[in-house]
Amino acid sequence: MLVELDQVSRTYPTQRSVVRAVQEVSLTLDAGQFAAVCGPSGCGKSTLLLIVGGLLRPDSGIVNVAGQQPYHLSPDARAAFRASQIGFVFQQFHLVPYLNVLDNVLAPALAVPHSDALDRAQQLLQQFGLSHRSRHVPAALSSGERQRVAMARALLNRPQLILADEPTGNLDRANAAGVLNSLKDFAESGGAVLLVTHDDDLADRADRVIRMLDGKIV
Amino acid sequence: MTIWRLVMHEIRHRRLNFLLSLLGVAVAVGSVVAAEVLMSRERQVTNAILSRKQIEVEQTMTARQKDVAEAGAALQDVMRKTMRELGFNILILPEAQDLSELHLNGTLSETMPESYVSKLASTSIVTVNHLLPTVTQKVRWNEREIDVILHGTRGEVPILHASEKKPLLEAVPAGKMVVGCEIHRRLSLKVDDRVTFRGREFTISRLHPERGSTDDVSVWIDLAEAQELLGLQNLIHAILALECECAGDRITQIRAEIREILPGTQVIERYSQALTRAEARGRAKLAAEEALDKERQAGAAALESESASRAALESSHEQLASVLVPVGILSAAVWVGLLAFSNARQRCAEIGILRAIGLRASQIQRVFLTRAVLVGFGGAAPGILCGLILGQIFAERSELVPEASRLIDSGTLNIIAFSLVMAPVLSVVAAWLPAALVARQDPALVLQLD
Repeated sequence: MLVELDQVSRTYPTQRSVVRAVQEVSLTLDAGQFAAVCGPSGCGKSTLLLIVGGLLRPDSGIVNVAGQQPYHLSPDARAAFRASQIGFVFQQFHLVPYLNVLDNVLAPALAVPHSDALDRAQQLLQQFGLSHRSRHVPAALSSGERQRVAMARALLNRPQLILADEPTGNLDRANAAGVLNSLKDFAESGGAVLLVTHDDDLADRADRVIRMLDGKIV
Repeated sequence: MTIWRLVMHEIRHRRLNFLLSLLGVAVAVGSVVAAEVLMSRERQVTNAILSRKQIEVEQTMTARQKDVAEAGAALQDVMRKTMRELGFNILILPEAQDLSELHLNGTLSETMPESYVSKLASTSIVTVNHLLPTVTQKVRWNEREIDVILHGTRGEVPILHASEKKPLLEAVPAGKMVVGCEIHRRLSLKVDDRVTFRGREFTISRLHPERGSTDDVSVWIDLAEAQELLGLQNLIHAILALECECAGDRITQIRAEIREILPGTQVIERYSQALTRAEARGRAKLAAEEALDKERQAGAAALESESASRAALESSHEQLASVLVPVGILSAAVWVGLLAFSNARQRCAEIGILRAIGLRASQIQRVFLTRAVLVGFGGAAPGILCGLILGQIFAERSELVPEASRLIDSGTLNIIAFSLVMAPVLSVVAAWLPAALVARQDPALVLQLD
């Protein structure tokens, strides 16, 4: 098992009450699996993604990713764990605006330096059809190109798990299909993908669909 | 990909923020350096003014000292010559000489051996400096039908134990005659006139000006010739001792000393009023020295006053700078800090994603602090240059800059070195808090906001 959540809960205190974003969620995800978490807005799927990604400590429950409990690690060790084991893809792409395509793809190498980072980045750019755009900044790219850059960045450090939060939300059908194919390819090559979406059609293309409502898996 | 590359790309991307930060540091460093240059130039001007004044005072004092020395030497010369007639002179006379004859007629009749002079000169007497053997007698100048006082003198007899001194009275050579004022006027004599005196030929060698004494009716010839004319071979009437150290109570001592050497003689002091005049001259010399001393003190006081005035001016400027410079530095630090906060706010999303993909908080902090160091160095360099130029311009406008002054002295070099160290440090300190805050922000919060 690559990912294992056991009775994980997370609340957000507000001024008047407490929002229970994730309630006693348990799930597992194996290597090679492409799972989609779907549900309406505010059901807690993004919170679940952040918890799995080691970015948001749950109030209770156990989180185990790639044999590690990330919240038992120090902040620096957890950051290194994220850099080496997890790739992130977001709806807003979150590219660094002043770095060109190549440097954006290379950004995770700041956290985990490795000698073949440049070769790997160029290979990924070629794989995603972005070699001719390597010196361009994100502002000069189309949405589909930006998301492909984000995909390449997520794959640079050869992670075991990709967490994708509405990765096709800002893409047209053709680009969305391209991104989805890339994620499927990653899963088929032995990685695990946890995709968060509110689009049932998109979710249906995953190996497994996990539906959430009011912070619970239904 | 490196942190440095990330920083450089970010600076290029947000160049306005970076340039404004540079400006803040440059203004602070520039004001510090300009203030130091101004202070330094002021110190140089002060040193130049004080050196010039010092030289002026020294030159004035040297000139005055030379004047006083020359005046003193002239005074001494005048004194030396005057003493012959008016000075601390004594007459050594035969004991039997009636002094009333001397005082009433200006002549002497009693004699003593001429060898007395040699005897006195060969002793270790210390109270007498010059010895002049003379014969003095009122005689008839038959050829011109007038009475004159004849002085025979052979010049000074050197005192053996004493160092050789310049004679006070020049000897009259044989065959020559020196004539007093009343005589040469009455007889219409001129220098080089040949005259016959009591059957003997003489050439007039010198004419004395009016002295208002018996000298005006006197003639001077060589002692030996006078002795022959008067029939007083190897005899003299008196020994004139000149420049005696016999002022005041010491006359008693010198009388005793001379009587012991030359028994049968008497010693009288002549023209004791000279003492008063000599004292007056001495006082004049002393007064001149006192005036010189006062002038020296006045020069030193003027120098001290100028120094104090410059010190006060420098102190007031330093006080002003001691307020303005820290205010400038603090303002720059606040300015750089605010810009760093603004930069951090703009980069929240970017920092959030960098944290999400695995960059550590310390790496994020390093990104901001590297930028701050660049702001510090980048602002210090133009700040130093502008400070030097502005300081120089203001210094040249406000003061007389000495030609030999240097733009960069050791004090300015120290400030430049200090600025090069302090500007990055200050910039890092100013950026520390925003860097720490942004490095510790929760990446989940940023991602959730999106």
